[in-house]
Amino acid sequence: MTLPEPKQKHIQRIEMRDIVKRFPGVVANNKVNLQINAGEVHALLGENGAGKSTLMRQLYGLYRPDEGQILVNDKPQVFHSPADAILAGIGMIHQHFMLVPTLSVAENVALGLQSSHEPLLDLQNVSQRIEKLSQAYGLKVEPDAYIWQLSVGEQQRVEIIKALYRGAGIIILDEPTAVLTPQEVNDLFVTLKRMTSEGHGLVFISHKLHEVMAISDQVTVLRDGQSMGTRPAKGVTRDEMVKMMVGREVKPLAPQPVQTGEVCLQISGLRAAGDRETEALRGVDLNVHAGEILGVAGVSGNGQRELAQCLAGLRKVTGGRILLNGQDITQASLQERMAAGQSYIPEERMRDGAIREFSVQENLFLRDHAASAFTNGIFLHFARMAARTREVIQQYSIKAPSAETPIKNLSGGNIQKLIMARELSRQPKALIAAQPTRGVDIGATEYIHQRLLEQRANGTAILLISEDLDEIRTLSDRVAVMYEGQMMGILSRDEASVETIGLMMAGVAAT
Amino acid sequence: MPPAPQSAPQKPLARLPWKNLLFGAALPVAAMLAAFLLGAVVLLALRVNPFTAYASIFSGVFGSLSGFTQSLVKATPLLLVGLGICIAFRASMINIGAEGQIILGALGATAWSLAFRDLPGWLLLPGALVASFLAGALWGFVPGLLKARFRVNEILSTVMMNAIALQLMNLLIRGPLIDPAGVAAGTYLAQSERLPESVWLLRLIPQTLLHTGSLLAVGLAVVVYIFLWRTTIGFRIRAVGLNPDAARYAGINVPGYQALSLTLAGGFAGLAGAVEVMGVHHRLLEGITSGYGFSGIVAALFGGLHPLGLIPAAWLFGSLLVGADKMQRAVQVPSALIDTLLGLVVLFVVGSAYLSRQWAARREIALSKQGKESEG
Repeated sequence: MTLPEPKQKHIQRIEMRDIVKRFPGVVANNKVNLQINAGEVHALLGENGAGKSTLMRQLYGLYRPDEGQILVNDKPQVFHSPADAILAGIGMIHQHFMLVPTLSVAENVALGLQSSHEPLLDLQNVSQRIEKLSQAYGLKVEPDAYIWQLSVGEQQRVEIIKALYRGAGIIILDEPTAVLTPQEVNDLFVTLKRMTSEGHGLVFISHKLHEVMAISDQVTVLRDGQSMGTRPAKGVTRDEMVKMMVGREVKPLAPQPVQTGEVCLQISGLRAAGDRETEALRGVDLNVHAGEILGVAGVSGNGQRELAQCLAGLRKVTGGRILLNGQDITQASLQERMAAGQSYIPEERMRDGAIREFSVQENLFLRDHAASAFTNGIFLHFARMAARTREVIQQYSIKAPSAETPIKNLSGGNIQKLIMARELSRQPKALIAAQPTRGVDIGATEYIHQRLLEQRANGTAILLISEDLDEIRTLSDRVAVMYEGQMMGILSRDEASVETIGLMMAGVAAT
Repeated sequence: MPPAPQSAPQKPLARLPWKNLLFGAALPVAAMLAAFLLGAVVLLALRVNPFTAYASIFSGVFGSLSGFTQSLVKATPLLLVGLGICIAFRASMINIGAEGQIILGALGATAWSLAFRDLPGWLLLPGALVASFLAGALWGFVPGLLKARFRVNEILSTVMMNAIALQLMNLLIRGPLIDPAGVAAGTYLAQSERLPESVWLLRLIPQTLLHTGSLLAVGLAVVVYIFLWRTTIGFRIRAVGLNPDAARYAGINVPGYQALSLTLAGGFAGLAGAVEVMGVHHRLLEGITSGYGFSGIVAALFGGLHPLGLIPAAWLFGSLLVGADKMQRAVQVPSALIDTLLGLVVLFVVGSAYLSRQWAARREIALSKQGKESEG
């Protein structure tokens, strides 16, 4: 698509009226009303699958609503494609950036727009406008830099500039803070404030309550495709928001300190290559004690994934050692690690952790089917497996219609509970939990956290790798911060403030 | 977290598998009818009355004992090949090499039977079956090893193995295995010596070709079913096929089980070769595969890649082969039309499989929604 040279559109308000969007078998949005005003940050809050993104995709012309109306400045509009929405003055910053890494910032911004010297480019002109915008909104961006050279935070700024350049009056931000360090989040918020004072209207999609409370003027909560109402952010408490999101009260966890034991998992000088042949782990040293949760924080892509895979035995270790209760497991196979007492909750639940087409029971025995209790070496002992499955379903309150149900029919939270059940029921000495609650609803998250704390009380050494700082800070006895394949330092619970962790996540050593 | 209601949501699901099964069986049949409908248009274009033509197919199979038994005889190698395809497919391996594996199996059975012809029958006959299984398995093992070690695409390597097998057979039945009687008579026919009678598979009905190989094949279908769904190895093969990443994480040697599945597939195709040699021709001759290596794949797809579904599917294809043959003679249509008709059936079946997946996906969404609602 080629769009004409844009001018800033003045949108006073956008109204979405009685929006209904159905997907086969699911009503993703059911009579949702939303009003977005210029000069306001409107937070769209809800759990995964509540219908936030679906609603916004309709506003951005990616989906057509089945019922209902979209009014821009009180005039009904139909968006057949994002091009229509952009023309109307709507911009969207996707969670996964839509940038071409090998092109420069200016080239990315100009992409798809008509040049003033068609068919020639006018990148100088574009660069000048980018600089003007960047000054006006405090968005530091170098027009000639290539995208691949930029950090995630900088790339996000390019995305915002792109939207502003196209004259967007209303900008939708889909979970914009998910990839940022706390400091970058603060910078982003400053920018957002600046944008609203310039008369832009913003939609801020999130499930993080404290961010919503910090930045928004209005909050609309979605649950199961329905709007639970819109409130001014000033008048709502955190607990009220949770209740609107989940439909019941959720008490914050307050873990009791427990006696930690001997060092259980000992990692020294661990090195490994990443997927792109670069060194992802550059000498990681960590000791996890029995009865302790050691949280590993860090901006995504600093080696956390590789660390988890090395510990699990899924990635080749090129240097250093891993000891489990004194036993060297650096080169051990997955089965040997399991036998040595290590369990692993993988980051990519549906890719590595479970098989969609397999039943609850089959998934439960994915790793343990060879155990002597369940096979005579050739045949599987179905009666015993079924009995055990019933027990586990009860014990871990996994909501499944039956043990034979393929797990693709279960919710993400229940699949994660199933994986937890499989890994915990082995009574592991050490547990590697990688992003255990990513994409899981609040109820299941709460449950998973309780289980992790229980396991800690039982004396398991737990390495918790998470990008959710709140999770890390709530659960961890100590926090290690990872930066570019190394540990920036290890903080005790009291030292682990958001600011300190944030600085270390950005590569600034603690003082 | 409120205590989970364990029993309440079971109702909507308990009924479903039956519906699914019925649906799964009805779809290929509907696809077949559609293919015949389209085939009727072609027949009309050739000025042949489609009713007479199709009636001749039907009467060809059900009109006489010999026709009916022939359909079973043709179904037997299809079933055996299909079982192998099914095992490989469950590990997500596509085995196009059944033609070559049949040849190897036939060679194995022939060579064994001729080399050890003095052994007593109770030893010679099972030995021949084992030899054919091992020879076919070898032909599946090579692509399996290449896949496991060097990630060589198994579709390519199995196809190439077919060519090698064919030339190997041509070499052997014109050389070391050639019928000495043919040499003596100066005809030099490209076929092996007649096998000793002790390895002939018992004819079940006199004056027909129906032999015990058919019973063996049906028995093995049950064995394969048990193997895939009741044993640890079958469990791992299915896990590897459905999600190799999760299988790897579960500690399963993924390339190893992929190779194993191809090896077993080869073994079953090899048995098909043995059955043809020992049950039908009683010697090895050119064209021993009759294309079963390819039609077996189709039969396997038709049977939903399930060992038990394969039993009726193989018989249906066997009947089609026999019936089509009869139709050709009855209404004097070119043999190319028969291929067209079979091709249409394949096309429609594959198309219907695609449709059924789409429908299944939709039902699934509806179901998971139900499931999630009942959680609330």
